[in-house]
Amino acid sequence: MEWNLDDSRPIWPQLKEQLLREIIAGRYPMGGPFPTVRDLAEDAGVNRNTMQRAMAELEADGFLITNRTAGRVVTSDEKLIEAMKRKLAEQNVEKFIGEMAAIGYSAEDVIEMIHKKEEEKGVNNK
Amino acid sequence: MKTEMLVECLDLTKNFSGKKALDAVNLKIGRGKIIGLLGPNGSGKTTLIKILNGLLEPTFGSVLIDGEKPGPYTKSIVSYLPDRTYFADWMKVSDIFDMFRDFYADFDRKKAEEMCGLLNIGTEEKIKNMSKGTKEKVQLILVMSRKAQLYLLDEPIAGVDPAARDYILSTIINNYNEEGTVIISTHLIADIERVLDEVVFLRNGQVVRHEAVDDIKEKEGKSIDDVFKDTFRMGVAGYDR
Repeated sequence: MEWNLDDSRPIWPQLKEQLLREIIAGRYPMGGPFPTVRDLAEDAGVNRNTMQRAMAELEADGFLITNRTAGRVVTSDEKLIEAMKRKLAEQNVEKFIGEMAAIGYSAEDVIEMIHKKEEEKGVNNK
Repeated sequence: MKTEMLVECLDLTKNFSGKKALDAVNLKIGRGKIIGLLGPNGSGKTTLIKILNGLLEPTFGSVLIDGEKPGPYTKSIVSYLPDRTYFADWMKVSDIFDMFRDFYADFDRKKAEEMCGLLNIGTEEKIKNMSKGTKEKVQLILVMSRKAQLYLLDEPIAGVDPAARDYILSTIINNYNEEGTVIISTHLIADIERVLDEVVFLRNGQVVRHEAVDDIKEKEGKSIDDVFKDTFRMGVAGYDR
């Protein structure tokens, strides 16, 4: 996968965020197998301890489960994933509204712009 | 033997004709970590690595590796990449493998051959006919094919182009014995900071900082490369002892 890491911040929380996004997006299906620390560390070009920490945190939060027979798998708890998805969406919206407010657009302006964009898209798609 | 700390330096000092290359270094290094030994040229990195490896004797102070002074036991658990290649020209890769098999019980010849295969280096190739970069790769393969407790890598990426650097770094992080520790000395920090657990900053033979990489980033919100530049820029005034 494409890793986007900022060297001015600790690496493990960034790995955690990015893996979580992949899980929410369904790239690793619920209840399905999750790659090993070794493979992911190699892919991201980071130290295994760092990847281990990110995955341990995902496990502590319930997104990953270490299964004695199947190894590490993604949770099957749909509600947990849904809640996280919602939270992430809200964070994005909040950030977006903040950025728009900073350049002088109100929430109403923004909504109107979104509708306009959607209409344009509809026209272009025809 | 299994001491808690893999490396312990106590007041470690090394003088070269009156000049202090290492000045009362106190350093403890744990197991299962990748450590950056960082400092400008002449800060004592190579001297420290050579003492850990038993190639130099301390003038004062002591060093213990897995609880023992550098000697035959520590050599059996330390895998050392020098800052230059030392092979004889007439040797073939397979001759060097024979040599390593004789010298080191923990040398995994099969692993070395596999790594050569991945790099398209033939085991019947002669050192004489190799480019500098290929020689360095062969040397790294040898060092990483040992199941060592401590890997001492002196400037493993200094002499190679950026594409080969990535290869070398991934070779290091994918092949070291996970219970062991890797110490990498370099001044090319931006290229390696992502693989490091801890950094040790050396200046004028003294340890000026030894800390977990994540803690530094958390506190200062900067890359290790920037922290390093800040540290040593400020140090310029006090540079001449």
